[in-house]
Amino acid sequence: MKLDLLAELNAERAARRATVVVTDLATGAQRLVKEAAVAADPLSETLAAAIRSGKSGMAETAEGPRFLAVQTPPLRILCLGAVHISQALVPIAGVLGHDVIVVDPRTAFATSERFPGVQVLAEWPDEALPRLGVDRYTAFVALTHDPKIDDPGLHIALRSDCFYIGALGSRKTHGRRVERLTEAGFAPEAVARIRAPIGLPIGAVSPAEIALSIMGEITAALRLGERTAATTAAA
Amino acid sequence: MITTDQDILASAEAWKRAGRKVAVATVVETWGSAPRPVGSRLVVDEEGNFLGSVSGGCVEGAVVTEALDVIEGGAPKLLSFGVADETAWRVGLSCGGRISVFVERVEG
Repeated sequence: MKLDLLAELNAERAARRATVVVTDLATGAQRLVKEAAVAADPLSETLAAAIRSGKSGMAETAEGPRFLAVQTPPLRILCLGAVHISQALVPIAGVLGHDVIVVDPRTAFATSERFPGVQVLAEWPDEALPRLGVDRYTAFVALTHDPKIDDPGLHIALRSDCFYIGALGSRKTHGRRVERLTEAGFAPEAVARIRAPIGLPIGAVSPAEIALSIMGEITAALRLGERTAATTAAA
Repeated sequence: MITTDQDILASAEAWKRAGRKVAVATVVETWGSAPRPVGSRLVVDEEGNFLGSVSGGCVEGAVVTEALDVIEGGAPKLLSFGVADETAWRVGLSCGGRISVFVERVEG
């Protein structure tokens, strides 16, 4: 592996863009294909399928057998609400290798003292989220308990293809949330994407346990897919 | 601190830029029950320091040894580990699976 290729690979990951490294295992010859260059590549179909699946593996290609190393951006958790649960969520997500960004317009909450080493934005979600970009490698978690803050964030998440949306609140609270979102014009299928009450049913009580149940649910959504995870959570 | 696959490639670059000799090992194929998925990586320097994993700890020792060879010689190697392999007596996967690991030197 050439150092230049390795550097490019690391730069693409930092910029949250997918890549595939195509390697001939017999010779070690390899090239890096960026997501934007896939369409023009001779192996475009194979590479596009590999990026979609997010899985690395051997492939029979017109060039012979090749190893395709797929690199997708690190998963990012957009945490709306710089609350106690978020403080517990940050280190758990860190161990799992995910990036966390905390957004909360309440400046008393959104401080780097409360969230050392994490990107904390004291902004409204409708300012911060479009700039950050809510992509399919993103999980969105609404934890403020305040519809004035949570709802605008949920609007943006529901219009995105992020892989997980969760919102804190009891069934009753969520019922009212569903009414508001429906009034705002969201279809029932869209609103049904929201996991609420948030987290896997593990009887979580403390903020740390709730954070664990949320991280478990996010992991299930990632590894099992949206539908299966929902079934698991309901069981 | 647990390293993720992301940290591993960032470390490989940093180590190389710091003047260390570096090899990267990647799981390229698995059969049956394998401890780490295809694409998992391990980075090794010329002193045998390593980050990451290609198995649950079963074959790392052997991969590091082979990686030192690759760092020295420069030619990449395709290694195979598992119950069906003759190396099973020395190093094997207790889970009964088989894995192929590609080891290459970072050049630059």
